[in-house]
Amino acid sequence: MTQYETVIGLEVHVELKTRSKIFCHSTTAFGGDPNTHVCLVCLGLPGALPVINKSVVEYAIRAALALNFQIAGFNKFDRKNYFYPDMSKNCQITQNDLPLAEHGYLNIELNGDTKKIGITRLHMEEDTGKLVHQGSITTTPFSLVDYNRAGVPLIEIVSEPDLRSPEEAYEYLNKLKAVILYTGVSDCKMEEGSLRCDANVSVRPAGSTEFGTKTEIKNMNSFKALQKALAYEVERQIEVLEEGGRIVQETRTWDEEKGITLAMRSKEHAHDYRYMPEPDLAPLVIDREWVEEIKRSLPELPDDRKERYVRDYGLPAYDAMVLTNTKELADYFEACVADYSNPKAVSNWIMGDLSRLLKANGTETTNCPIRPEQLTAMLRLLEKGTISGKIAKVVFEEMFASGKDAEVIVKEKGLVQISDEGAITSIVEEVIAKNPKSVEDFRAGKSRALGFLVGQVMKATKGKANPELVNKLLKERL
Amino acid sequence: MHLYQLTAHELHELLINKELSAEELNNYIFDRIEAVDDQIRSYITLTKESALERARVVDKQIQAGAKIAPLAGIPVAIKDNICTKGVRTTASSKMLSNFIPPYSATVVEKLEAAGVTIAGKTNLDEFAMGSSTENSAFFTTKNPWDTERVPGGSSGGSAAAVCAGAAVCALGSDTGGSIRQPASFCGVVGLKPTYGLVSRYGLIALASSLDHIGPFTRDVTDCALILEAISGNDPKDSTSASYKTPDFFASLINDVRGLKIGVPEEYMAAGIAPEVRLAIEQAMSLFESLGAVVEYTTLPHTEYAVVTYQIIGSAEASSSLARYDGVRYGFRAPDAEDVMDMFMKTRGQGFGPEVKRRIMLGTYVLSAECYDDYYLKALKARTLIKQDFDRAFEKYDVLLSPTSPTPAFRFGEKAVDPFHMYLSDICTASSNLAGIPGISLPCGFVDRMPVGLQLMGRYFDEGTLLRAAYTFEQNTGYHQEFPEI
Repeated sequence: MTQYETVIGLEVHVELKTRSKIFCHSTTAFGGDPNTHVCLVCLGLPGALPVINKSVVEYAIRAALALNFQIAGFNKFDRKNYFYPDMSKNCQITQNDLPLAEHGYLNIELNGDTKKIGITRLHMEEDTGKLVHQGSITTTPFSLVDYNRAGVPLIEIVSEPDLRSPEEAYEYLNKLKAVILYTGVSDCKMEEGSLRCDANVSVRPAGSTEFGTKTEIKNMNSFKALQKALAYEVERQIEVLEEGGRIVQETRTWDEEKGITLAMRSKEHAHDYRYMPEPDLAPLVIDREWVEEIKRSLPELPDDRKERYVRDYGLPAYDAMVLTNTKELADYFEACVADYSNPKAVSNWIMGDLSRLLKANGTETTNCPIRPEQLTAMLRLLEKGTISGKIAKVVFEEMFASGKDAEVIVKEKGLVQISDEGAITSIVEEVIAKNPKSVEDFRAGKSRALGFLVGQVMKATKGKANPELVNKLLKERL
Repeated sequence: MHLYQLTAHELHELLINKELSAEELNNYIFDRIEAVDDQIRSYITLTKESALERARVVDKQIQAGAKIAPLAGIPVAIKDNICTKGVRTTASSKMLSNFIPPYSATVVEKLEAAGVTIAGKTNLDEFAMGSSTENSAFFTTKNPWDTERVPGGSSGGSAAAVCAGAAVCALGSDTGGSIRQPASFCGVVGLKPTYGLVSRYGLIALASSLDHIGPFTRDVTDCALILEAISGNDPKDSTSASYKTPDFFASLINDVRGLKIGVPEEYMAAGIAPEVRLAIEQAMSLFESLGAVVEYTTLPHTEYAVVTYQIIGSAEASSSLARYDGVRYGFRAPDAEDVMDMFMKTRGQGFGPEVKRRIMLGTYVLSAECYDDYYLKALKARTLIKQDFDRAFEKYDVLLSPTSPTPAFRFGEKAVDPFHMYLSDICTASSNLAGIPGISLPCGFVDRMPVGLQLMGRYFDEGTLLRAAYTFEQNTGYHQEFPEI
């Protein structure tokens, strides 16, 4: 069987969270009754004219700079012409041949290796409205249109065909999202549609330098769907080729329920969009000074931050990567280490228990019920030996649930570690007396018996005995 | 001399001297409309009540001794492709026959701020596509000089109304000559300003990069007054220029000494009626006798102007008119089977033949296989045409030509062959492609039909155009000729 190489390029649409739409003053707020976030311009009334929203350009430049793009000084907009009732003008204002930004890239990490993924272009465009149907589109008696979303600003980010597996595609999208979240220009929620992704997929015999025929995959509504759809499509294409068939250049849609991709339209039926310069918008000249100003206002981005964590905090690269994946988590970490001198301990708690609890409860980092100073206060109790590591986990869960300080919980629940030698000694002696078999085993060289005895002491103290002390006292008496 | 033959600045004198009230004036104009518009058919919609109401406000100001603006109380007609809040705006199309805009165009707001009363909305070729007003979906407008003839187009209703005294001034739009050509056919003054001088916000687009709004008036002074009122930067139109509007009224000087006037040979070439040529040559002589330097020059790419205009104009129109689909407003065809069927039926029934012809042409020239050969070539030709003007204006202050190669033609004469009709744009389309200003004013008559003189100027140099036009007018008097209607 031939070995195949997968070639994937992603086209990502990101909604920018400016207050008003790209070409008018209507609000971009999500939700709202149908057709209430609209005006003459986004409804495409006769005679109404678009005017570019400067914030949109600024947000787009922010994202582009964070993705290492070159910003074009001269910008223009174009009309993409096609008929569909979710578009009030039956043409979409976009940027065709002169995009805002070109030649970007992103570094992704997979299995410890870093790979540079080229990004061809980033441009600005307007979103469409939405069609609403009663039941299925094929059986509905009528279509309703909601133009609230029409004119919401989008950036489209097109990657080079540099991705070689569904996993790389997943990592690329994940990193892209992370970087854009850092810039604060979008909330990148794939499930809510503020991040959308289409993929171009092809396969070729390993070692070949020519691209195979590609298909475009649409309708992948989550990161998981992306990975599943791509994996399916790659397999499908290989199967076709193996059976001596040919790949048809076409658009395919991901059917989440069935877990397969389905043909939507072939290249012959592709739209001719009849692009033309948008005559209602004057060319947009972007001032270098402004770009520099925006560059200066960018926060430290994930790659730089990660490097700094390894360098300044001595964290393992993996820890640094996980912590910096979202700005919020990294900010949380830094607030902790500003107050506590053991970064690795902080990292362990954040990556471990905290992340687990956040995920399990569906809580955003920004809404974390445990404040950084509460986490570090708990770490100090642990360091002082007031609580054991085991107790700490219990305390931490309680902190997450109630938002109370560790100290309060420890007091309320009587969870202070017993470090009083006298108190523990009497229990140790009791346990030795009750378990002669284990004592004998230990003395006979079965070191595992010690563990059992320690466990018995801990059980008797409801886990509050200082484990180190228990070990020491047991050993002395055995 | 009748009251309906007076200009805005003459009427203003009567108003401030209290020889006439604004209400009387407006009633008088509506009486005139009633008397002549059965024959001319210049108006689609009349707005008498609101006009009288506004006139009474002006009268109160006069009574109170307040100084009123030069256009206060003056009845103005608005071409029906310019949106007027609460007043039906149809673009003379079945597609918008029931469309009542919830807003007014910037020019309408500006005119209202200047105190005018709006008499009504005037007829045009559907979506401003035409040169005779024969393409209106509702009715044809007649030339007041000879009702057997067209008033020109597409702003035929506005031109005819001003000519017949059914409005004192009017607004039109000009995409390839649609103000200047009907002004020429009706013997009135019509000006297409520099692209960007007057906001297009609220003008129902035909081709946005070529569309301009401008005035129709009975003399050059009124032209300056209206231009003054409607020009200026508009944040709602991003193609509107950030340009400080000069005082156009100050340009009205009867003096062209030292002015350098070029006459492009290509505009005087084949196809021009001998009588029109004669009238233009007389105008040249007059300017010379008044101290201007007049010589022939060349705009070598003129022969490509009409086809370039048709390609770019149709391409933009095919896209601008895509929004008329029956979903949100306007006409919707009944009995559609699904959404796409509704689109097709609505557009099939809602648009007239000329509109469909241009949408098809525009769709064709933008299609992937034709783009380079047609649309892209036309964009390049447009640049060459612009460069012709740049070179000419290095040497000349003003370019002079006929506005149209012929006087007004008879109904049906050119409608048979659309391309023949397109050729009436030959002297005017170039300045739309370049964006330079042009004015048409009467310069003679052929068999009692007016002939128009066109003057074109540098970008934002309306001042020089107005000065040359004013001087010509003051030394001739064609603007004081009126049709017998």
